[in-house]
Amino acid sequence: MLVAGVDVGSLTVKAVILKDGEVAATTTLITGDDAATAARTAINEALKSLAERGVSATLDSLDYVVATGVGRKEVAFAHEVKTDVRCDAVGARHLFPSVRTVVDIGAESCKVIRLSKKGRVEDFTANDKCASGTGMFLDTLAKVIGVGVEKLGELSLKAKEPAKISSMCVVFAESEVISYIHKKTPVEDIIAGVHESISNRIFGMMNRVGIEKDVALVGGVARNVGVVRALEARAGENILVPEAPQIAGALGAALIAAKACEGGA
Amino acid sequence: MIAHYGYADGSGEYYLIVDTDRCDGCGRCVEVCPNDILELAPDDYGKTVVRVKDEFVNSIGYICPACKRRDERCESVCEHAALSYTW
Ligand code: SF4
Ligand code: SF4
Repeated sequence: MLVAGVDVGSLTVKAVILKDGEVAATTTLITGDDAATAARTAINEALKSLAERGVSATLDSLDYVVATGVGRKEVAFAHEVKTDVRCDAVGARHLFPSVRTVVDIGAESCKVIRLSKKGRVEDFTANDKCASGTGMFLDTLAKVIGVGVEKLGELSLKAKEPAKISSMCVVFAESEVISYIHKKTPVEDIIAGVHESISNRIFGMMNRVGIEKDVALVGGVARNVGVVRALEARAGENILVPEAPQIAGALGAALIAAKACEGGA
Repeated sequence: MIAHYGYADGSGEYYLIVDTDRCDGCGRCVEVCPNDILELAPDDYGKTVVRVKDEFVNSIGYICPACKRRDERCESVCEHAALSYTW
């Protein structure tokens, strides 16, 4: 049985292929302006890497495809679409069976989902209105600071005294960062301040739905260890981060697809 | 499931909150909404419940507070107390 989950995000598309319930291939691509084509390409790329390992299949021969993410409705070839909330929940729960609170920080949105003991969604909140608390906030400020966004995490761990960034709004936060640069505040401290600012915002959302242990962080921003540490400090909880946090939603979609094939969705 | 539709920004928190276990999908709130921002749709577990249409989630802070002065609004017509909001 070969099934796929595809998560069409605002910035990247993620695809996960499951073969008999096990992850067989994953890909991540830039979405661009055509979500449908990007979704197709992501699955085809994953299938290509499968073919190299002797499993040949085409998009049409997949048993079931589930699409999720903001662009999910544009994926015409999907058999079913599911909300990101459900897919994140299923994906995170598969990676960490003990998880009760899932935080997903993506490029342009963030979500907090609280699960029951059995893994059902009990409560969720999402923010895709403003950049604070999203990858975009980090991207914008990394550019101002002049550091690659992938280096932020490491650098911030060296901070001695995180700079206070009081504004949640990215436009105002940007001018705060610039004034720190002018004051010759160490870059590490500014970056740590930016991470604290994001985690304050996320923590507010976590409180809205209520925090239950264990807490997992998924989505692309979870790769930034500085954000993980800042959020742990803010929430006073240990936070679980999977090895490939950005594919959690696509994994969830693929798992739902596998279940649908077994006959009980 | 409790679903929070909306956002928080510098001016406050704007969430319309649906308790999907209470909502029976009768559609009364959808009909009464003067701005037509609600819809009935199956949730991920297959139950038909009310939700805020995607295109309005990011603007309910501008749309909904005007309803405070109305007697008939989504939350007041619901017989199951399935709706609440934060403004
Ligand atoms: S009026 Fe209440 S029960 Fe009826 S659809 Fe709206 S929220 Fe659900
Ligand atoms: S508060 Fe008013 S505008 Fe907002 S959803 Fe309810 S009825 Fe519609």
